[in-house]
Amino acid sequence: MTTESLALVDKPVVPKRRSVQSRAKRVEAAALVVPALIPILIFSVAPLLSGIGLAFTDASLRRNDTPDFVGLQNFVDLLGDTMFWESFRIGMVWAVSVTVLQLVAGLVLALLLNANLRFQGLARVLALIPWAMPPVVVAIMWQLIYATNGPLNAVLSVFGPDVTTNWLGEFSTALPAVIVVGVWVGMPQTTITLLAALQQIPTEQIEAAAMDGAGAVRRFFNVSLPAIRPVMASITSLNFIWNFNSFGLVYVMTEGGPGGKTMLPMLFTYLEAFKSRNLGYASAMGCVLVLIVVALLAIYLWSQFREKEAK
Amino acid sequence: MNTHISPLARVGQYALLAVYVVFLAFPLLWLVSASFKSSRELMSLDISLLPKEFHPDNYVIAWNQQGLVGSAWNSLIVAVCSMVLVIALSLPAAYAFARFRGWLRTAGTGWILVSQVFPVILIIIPLFLILRDAGLVNTLPGLILVYTTYTMPFALWMLQGFAAGIPIELEEAAAVDGASRLRTLTKVIFPLLLPGIAATAMFAFVSAWNEFFFALVLMQTPENYTLPIALKMFIGGEGKVALGPLAAGAVLATIPSIVFFSIMQRKLVSGMLAGSVKG
Repeated sequence: MTTESLALVDKPVVPKRRSVQSRAKRVEAAALVVPALIPILIFSVAPLLSGIGLAFTDASLRRNDTPDFVGLQNFVDLLGDTMFWESFRIGMVWAVSVTVLQLVAGLVLALLLNANLRFQGLARVLALIPWAMPPVVVAIMWQLIYATNGPLNAVLSVFGPDVTTNWLGEFSTALPAVIVVGVWVGMPQTTITLLAALQQIPTEQIEAAAMDGAGAVRRFFNVSLPAIRPVMASITSLNFIWNFNSFGLVYVMTEGGPGGKTMLPMLFTYLEAFKSRNLGYASAMGCVLVLIVVALLAIYLWSQFREKEAK
Repeated sequence: MNTHISPLARVGQYALLAVYVVFLAFPLLWLVSASFKSSRELMSLDISLLPKEFHPDNYVIAWNQQGLVGSAWNSLIVAVCSMVLVIALSLPAAYAFARFRGWLRTAGTGWILVSQVFPVILIIIPLFLILRDAGLVNTLPGLILVYTTYTMPFALWMLQGFAAGIPIELEEAAAVDGASRLRTLTKVIFPLLLPGIAATAMFAFVSAWNEFFFALVLMQTPENYTLPIALKMFIGGEGKVALGPLAAGAVLATIPSIVFFSIMQRKLVSGMLAGSVKG
């Protein structure tokens, strides 16, 4: 199309040109994006869709034939599977406690790092190390600490009679012990995020509150907390999902034991798929877990939204 | 910020900070200390942070006897290859994300968010089957492809943040000077993106180096184990575990991550925060 032919028409000229330009641009953008798109489509979108499909079949690693369609049978079986629901309960206890402790401890620490204290540099560097460490190393490290003749028992023995608890091996202590490790690993990221949010609060606001005679506690609740609430909300929901989906740390420390006391849902699903080799049934578990997490997240986001509206 | 803080509160602040530093640092110190202790000292009940006698031979044992060198080599190959692939594939896409609007960008951003929270357990089963049919289970190329795919969303997110920070006027100026699109990209944009590329590359390297779950499912014979899996198998055997060499192997496995991390920490943190604070 030539510009001359449209010279007499006033307005359409500009939009037409723009659309030609943007088509060229769109082709260019697509050419830039496609190389990244291909592996994502093959190795994550396709498996995701076929994972949902597998949940309706009796696929198994024991046989090599094509899996048969079994409809909702896997989901019906799941309803009556007490071990699955027990692992779901353990997963909720784990995810909620780790998330809450991460948030509380991370917030306290972020406030400390935001105040003018010495040793902040050291504390900040330390705060990042757990994030960089391979999870398997973190797990091994804590196994050493929790061992019967490890340093935790040695320190506790100083305060009382000899302690010989096998922290990861006893029914009552295994879950709390792995929760502590979960907090140790996950707290740094929460801390750094909250610290960044705290540092974005204009100092004038805090100084103004101080001038009005507000003490540290009131300044926190009236100025800082409202300012960082959106960040707290997003990091909490992300943490919850990450924690609920976590696998490697607990798998290396306990493999779900003792007696299934630390059998997180992801662990249970993994064992069902690759040890018991029931791929279809394990896929159904995966689907149910995803649905529950998405539902929980939706409820949470909805309540946040409602609260915002109410203001 | 420090108006109206009583000395008592100050003491409380320092006490809390101390508790935190101990909570974070002690496990690390213990791991390093254990890696230098003799088995006899590790099994004994009296415990000190400083080894009675230094046993550097734990490192020699870990290095020589446990197949850790082979698995470290596997880890290195996998981490370097997926780092290169991640950058090569996501750099153009990140540039497009930063410069163009439209449904592709929306879909891309949506996928980045979903991929951050999606439980891999639902994906791993069909992924295993796809790779098995392609003959890629228990091979390093298979693991490289998987790591590339699953590191890319976050790498894309980091890179597009850096790309968006480059003023568009620079490109326009280059275009006015008669430079082609490709020339503008290679001579103007990519050099300015180098710090961002470096940060993203290290993120990709550390992710692959540390990864456990995919490697556990996909790698099935000891000669193909990556370092995390080899370390896990170290403790897998019942009964006799040589704790000193195990701790030494764990320390060795951590060193690359810590080195990369300390070089890039500022960039990594700002990259991570771009996602969570604004999101």
